[in-house]
Amino acid sequence: MTTIPTSLPTPTRHFGKSSAWDRLRTNRNWLAIWFMLPAAAFLILFLAYPLFLGVWMSFTDDRIGRGGGNFVGLENYEWLKDDSIFWLSVFNTLLYTIVASAIKFAVGLYLALLLNRHMPFKALIRAAVLIPFIVPTVLSAIAFWWIYDSQFSIISWSLIKMGLIDHNINFLGDSSWARGSVIFANIWRGVPFVAITLLAGLQTVSPSLYEAATLDGATSWQRFRFITYPLLTPIIAVVMTFSVLFTFTDFQLIWALTRGGPVNATHLMATLSYQRGILSGRLGEGAAIATAMIPFLMAAIAISWFGMQRRKWQQGTDND
Amino acid sequence: MTGFTPDRRSLLKGGGITLAAAATMSADQLLGYAKAWAQASPWKPEPGAKINMLRWKRFVEAEDVAFMKIVDAFQKATGCTINVSNESYDDLQPKASVAANTGQGLDMVWGLYSLPFLFPTKCMDVTDVADYLGKKNGGWAESGKKYGMLGNKWIGVPVAATGGLVNYRVAAAEKAGHKTFPKDLAGFADLVKGMNKVGAPAGMALGHASGDANGWVHWALWAHGGRLIDKDNKVVVNSPETAKSLEYVKSLYDNFIPGTASWNDSSNNKAFLAGQLHLTTNGISIYVTAKKEAPAIAEDMNHAHLPAGLDGKTRELHLGFPILIFSFTKFPQACKAFTAFLMEPEQFNPWVEAAQGYLSPFLNDYQKNPIWTVDPKNTPYRDVATTASTPAGDAEMSENAAAAIADFVVVDMYANYCTGREDVKTAMSSAERAAKRIFRA
Repeated sequence: MTTIPTSLPTPTRHFGKSSAWDRLRTNRNWLAIWFMLPAAAFLILFLAYPLFLGVWMSFTDDRIGRGGGNFVGLENYEWLKDDSIFWLSVFNTLLYTIVASAIKFAVGLYLALLLNRHMPFKALIRAAVLIPFIVPTVLSAIAFWWIYDSQFSIISWSLIKMGLIDHNINFLGDSSWARGSVIFANIWRGVPFVAITLLAGLQTVSPSLYEAATLDGATSWQRFRFITYPLLTPIIAVVMTFSVLFTFTDFQLIWALTRGGPVNATHLMATLSYQRGILSGRLGEGAAIATAMIPFLMAAIAISWFGMQRRKWQQGTDND
Repeated sequence: MTGFTPDRRSLLKGGGITLAAAATMSADQLLGYAKAWAQASPWKPEPGAKINMLRWKRFVEAEDVAFMKIVDAFQKATGCTINVSNESYDDLQPKASVAANTGQGLDMVWGLYSLPFLFPTKCMDVTDVADYLGKKNGGWAESGKKYGMLGNKWIGVPVAATGGLVNYRVAAAEKAGHKTFPKDLAGFADLVKGMNKVGAPAGMALGHASGDANGWVHWALWAHGGRLIDKDNKVVVNSPETAKSLEYVKSLYDNFIPGTASWNDSSNNKAFLAGQLHLTTNGISIYVTAKKEAPAIAEDMNHAHLPAGLDGKTRELHLGFPILIFSFTKFPQACKAFTAFLMEPEQFNPWVEAAQGYLSPFLNDYQKNPIWTVDPKNTPYRDVATTASTPAGDAEMSENAAAAIADFVVVDMYANYCTGREDVKTAMSSAERAAKRIFRA
């Protein structure tokens, strides 16, 4: 602070009736704005601007190569309102997100608890768990594509050789099988993230709490329920928010495996938006589908944000 | 087996004198020729022009090698640089669209189907190039004009098409009771049924496969007199004719190998080459690969056009390969010169030969190339331009028709009914609604 007054031309004025400008110049908040500006500009340029542009586009009839369309109000949304493929994609997205996230959480938590124990080659095993997360999505998707192939699936082949089934399983050609298959692939990819993050959370729990509980005769379920779980809740809230967001907006896996097929049974909102917006060139319609995802994402964020604010969630007690 | 492989020698015997000269041109001769061509060409490339070109990733390796040879000769003769990048069928269009929208990154694209019609305002008028080539090479086939022209101006040059024709195993078809390939719809359905009975099933893609799935479902629609849109771009898909075609396709689908609803463009190639699939629609790429890797399959397979429709006419949707120049390129002359150079007989003939039937020409003279007759199994692919329709069917090719095919409106209609997700009426009305959404403006 000292350098700022010395740079003023007439320091005396500073003590007398200083002008608004002088007060502004010495104001810490005013200075802070300038320091924040680069970061803010970055966020506005790369996050806020594209977001608003997308929302704006959904109200236009913009097409590829046109460079800005005409404002058409809610027309794109009106067409979506009774578009069965769109509603199917909403259903698929919700199903995909809810089932995959729930299983990812359950398996991830279980894995984290296992990894938190003392065992030989601990570091090595923990690193190995991360592999599905490290492999580029498209690569793992292609591997799954072969695993699920209608003619060359290794699973079908093995089961036939073992004499358990007599024909290939139609993994990606049958609606229910296809949904199950893509959800499984997503879970395989997403579990390490949940497991490793929860493991980090587990390690912040003080061992003395467990010692005390053991002395009091708590069973392992009680130790989990009354110590681990409450202390882990804030981490769970963060991890699950991310997990839900990633799953909801998933694109690569579906695109590489099924392109939304068979008969749109695995089309998510993200893939449908791409198909309509980029492949068909209808930027306006694609943007409308993408914009329709925002309320769902906001709800997911709101729930976890609300949760993190609450002491009850943070500490697992009833004293709000 | 060797009898089926057209080597240089057999091509020479069959070819005309100019052809022979082209086929034997050494690198030096080619360069000499290219220099002379550049001197005489009506398009003078801008000095130091740098062209970024995007093309689809090849399915026949030799075709790509021949293409790069042409690129190389053009570069040396004119001093231009051409950066060629390759993208798979599915990734090409989004990249081209982004370039069209941002106005940078690419100067020209050699793409699929009706790509220029997706963003006609961004495509340079290439009427001069198309006229020049047409005059010199026996004129354009009608389907070529439909694929290249918007109104009375050319927005793309249709280099070639790959035919979506029937690939089938001869022995299996005979076993199913068909010594010759059926010429009508009933016979074809009977063949597919029979093949399934003898344990040699057919299969055609019903997933979101840009090339394979779109091709045969449009044939089925047109063969029964159904249309997505009429001449005036009015949506008319909801019709008794369409309903008939849905029933017909369902009867085929019920006899297909399982899993076709999930197939992409490469699925049928894999299954056919593994000997699990005995009839499908595809380009000639299966045969080309089989000649090298599975001679027994190549020996036993043949090609045929899809059967004629109820009105006795054969209308097929083939995968066109148009080349387009973006209107924002800094080097329009160089791009035009390259397009013309590419399709001169001295380049195009060896290239078509290298492609071994994968590139069916729209320019009439190139149907005389010996590649089409040296192996009778290639011959059906010669006539691709004759049977080809654009995705617009009876209407003029347009931005909307290009969008409809990219959105898989017709494929989804058949897949919805065949997999039992929707009944005939619902499948048709869903398609009608989707088409109306696209054709509303």
